Amino acid sequence: MSITAEGFHAQEAVHAHGHAGLGKFIGTYVFSRDHKIIGIQFLFSTLLWFLIGGLLALGVRWQLAWPWSNDMPLVSKMFFAHTGGQISPEFYTMMFTMHATVMIFFVIIPILAGAFGNYLIPLMIGADDMAFPTLNMLSYWFMWPSFLCIIASFFVHGGAAAAGWTSYPTLAALQEASPGGHMGQTLWLLGVTFAGVASMLGSVNYMTTIIQMRAPGMTMFRLPLTIWAMFITAVLQAFALPVLTAAGFMQLLDRSVGTGFFLPDGATANNAPYATGGGQPLLWQHLFWFYSHPAVYIMILPAMGMVSDIIACFARKPIFGYKPMVYSIAGIAGLGFVVWGHHMFISGMNPYLGMTFMVATIMIALPSAIKVFNWLGTLWGGKIQFTTAMLFAVSFVSMFIIGGLSGIFMAATPIDIFIHDTYFIVAHFHYVLFAGTAMGVFGSIYFWFPKMFGRTMNEFWGKVHFLLTFMFLNGVFFPMHILGVVGFPRRLADPYQYETFHHLLGMNRFITYCAIGMVCSQSIFAINFIYSIFFGPVAGRNPWHANSLEWCCPSPPGHGNFDFQPIVYRGPYEYGSPEVQTDYYPQHQPPPEGAAPATERYMDG
Amino acid sequence: MGKFWSFVFFLVPVLGVGLFVVAMNFHSLPLLNHWFPEDVSASGHVIDQLFMTILVLTGVVFVATEVCLAFFLWRYDAKANRDPVRYMHGSHTLEVVWTVLPAATLFFIAIYQMNAWADAKIRQPKDAGVIVEVRGRQFEWRFRYPGPDGKFNTPDDIHWDTDLHVPVDEEVLVHLKSEDVLHSFFLPNMRVKQDAVPGMMIPVWFRPTKIGSWDLVCAELCGWGHYKMRGRITVQSRADFDAWLVEIANKQHATQADATATADAAKPAK
Ligand SMILES: [Cu+2]
Ligand SMILES: [Cu+2]
Repeated sequence: MSITAEGFHAQEAVHAHGHAGLGKFIGTYVFSRDHKIIGIQFLFSTLLWFLIGGLLALGVRWQLAWPWSNDMPLVSKMFFAHTGGQISPEFYTMMFTMHATVMIFFVIIPILAGAFGNYLIPLMIGADDMAFPTLNMLSYWFMWPSFLCIIASFFVHGGAAAAGWTSYPTLAALQEASPGGHMGQTLWLLGVTFAGVASMLGSVNYMTTIIQMRAPGMTMFRLPLTIWAMFITAVLQAFALPVLTAAGFMQLLDRSVGTGFFLPDGATANNAPYATGGGQPLLWQHLFWFYSHPAVYIMILPAMGMVSDIIACFARKPIFGYKPMVYSIAGIAGLGFVVWGHHMFISGMNPYLGMTFMVATIMIALPSAIKVFNWLGTLWGGKIQFTTAMLFAVSFVSMFIIGGLSGIFMAATPIDIFIHDTYFIVAHFHYVLFAGTAMGVFGSIYFWFPKMFGRTMNEFWGKVHFLLTFMFLNGVFFPMHILGVVGFPRRLADPYQYETFHHLLGMNRFITYCAIGMVCSQSIFAINFIYSIFFGPVAGRNPWHANSLEWCCPSPPGHGNFDFQPIVYRGPYEYGSPEVQTDYYPQHQPPPEGAAPATERYMDG
Repeated sequence: MGKFWSFVFFLVPVLGVGLFVVAMNFHSLPLLNHWFPEDVSASGHVIDQLFMTILVLTGVVFVATEVCLAFFLWRYDAKANRDPVRYMHGSHTLEVVWTVLPAATLFFIAIYQMNAWADAKIRQPKDAGVIVEVRGRQFEWRFRYPGPDGKFNTPDDIHWDTDLHVPVDEEVLVHLKSEDVLHSFFLPNMRVKQDAVPGMMIPVWFRPTKIGSWDLVCAELCGWGHYKMRGRITVQSRADFDAWLVEIANKQHATQADATATADAAKPAK
């Protein structure tokens, strides 16, 4: 079903007859079915939630640096007047629950798949839009009930969910077990379910589009790694998400009508009547992590793909080991389905099962290692251009090395006994998700911004933003490893009551200062981003001299994307090819007359 | 600027290793005591040593890859590098090497630590010196000893809820339960952690090697009061422990007798 030249023009003709006025505006920019508008809608929404999630994290950090302080600037008087200016332990629990919920379900997953997946997939494969534009529009609008549920939950009686983002029963399933356990927890479950529906609609669409709508000549092994990563992510979503949805409904039923899927006989809390039970709290953990471990890869694979494209472009060199890169993405995804138990080593799960999960988990470090080596191989012998996008992409690699290696500690079951639920794990997943994915996302924004808005972002301020973020993030997250080695537990409103941990206040203050610095540095990004949309220097079609198809259409691309029918002659990483004079060789550029068919070169022939 | 940026990335391994080296070697100094808490158990050192083994292995990979990265950034900076780009799609040999070597290392790590795991969670000791039931509830720990008959759920059970008393140099077997939500029984100084799950009884064991008193931490989110679910473990000599057991058993009988008396007194006279 590749688009033909005639089909392309026929579509153009249809869109020439638009509606006028407000109706047209709403159709074009609000309920748009154009993948680019939807992508940008996702981008703006998720960046806004990024700010909210970041502020929630600052609240957590404040409490850990100045426990029970009643003189937080501004905030104390505005929000905590009823508790004498202090963050109450109830609210602290809510803050870390919602920080994780917002960052995972409203920022990382939708910014990767929703924003970049939507924007880039049709452009990079040479299609005029997604396979199912209406479904695509719905995937964005299903986020809104989810947004509203989560916002509303802060204002209902008892406040928002406070059972952690993992929502473990029985704390989450018993209404009486926590203050947010009434309406807040129910809204949380609904919100996550709606976000899941949105992801599901997206992933069906991405798979179909990538399989069916590639331009002529775009074979699977000529796809940019971004697309491979998006494709495999979509497959992961499609297989893992139904399990979370089912589990979410089960917990909803446990809470509302007392089905007791996750409640043992006689479960109770806070002097509430005994539940009938007949269920098992560990069942939820299995179902939850069956989705949420693959979700960890849903949250990093697309960033790995985009970073690969950025690194090849600014190293001016073909990606090293394209096929191993693809196979390792697939390997991570495949193994990713059989490692969920590593979240449950000390949960009371069968310890023999723990051994099995431990072996699978340790082995998943292998494809990650292969990717790192291939990124290094790509840099080796290149001509590296230090653009802002490249700095962020390289920092992704540098930081992912830390996040990947620290994972091995947790995978080793005996060590996990000690560091489970300590700041070691907090350090680990922030190195993967913030220092990894978020830095990859920043790089991708600087890289594809010219395509999205037709203008480039300011490079000087981009680099200032990079340097500050990079320094502060390491200041925040690296010392957390050390806290973890002391055994410093996560999710405690006041860990300093323990003799073992009371001397750690100093290090926590340092972390909080860095966290404040990190959040403030993002204002540089925000200003640069907004200013550049309107006043940035105009970018041409291909400001970075890159190869993949999105760079051959106008910036920003019009409706229907390409103003000619692209035909693909080669892979996306032909930088420095001897066939042409330029140091790049776009996928759609026909080979020179009479040239011998290009062959790939390997070090060992 | 390429030089500057490669230097920034070079700082990652330097500062990263530096921080760990300082934490590891100077933890006896007052302001730098940021390392494992004192180990007072018979098998805790196994976990610490495994941690160190993996720290060294991952440390080597960390330094090698990060230095490589910084070096490439410095060496192949487009502004300074006059060599032509290496037009190259990969290397079959290298791919095989950097697949097989890490695979073997990782597999070694996986097998190497299985024994420690089995000792900690599978091979339950047969010669436990004391058996104690530990129950978590929002937001406190409760303890129960089987009493002279050695069986739980008999009238001579001894209840206690302040701190967990155990004898030194004997295997302690904990029957871990929860009365409401998930909790986690974490003894940092014994390198022991196990979730308490409502509806399950999970065995936990350790052998304390030093007399004293240490933290018992709840390490699984159990609600708003999670932070204050603090406990202590008191390790005593066998003689002190036995004496303590007798003492609280007597106290308990006295209060029970009192309670029965009050209950009798409260009964309406016929
Ligand atoms: Cu996981
Ligand atoms: Cu707790």
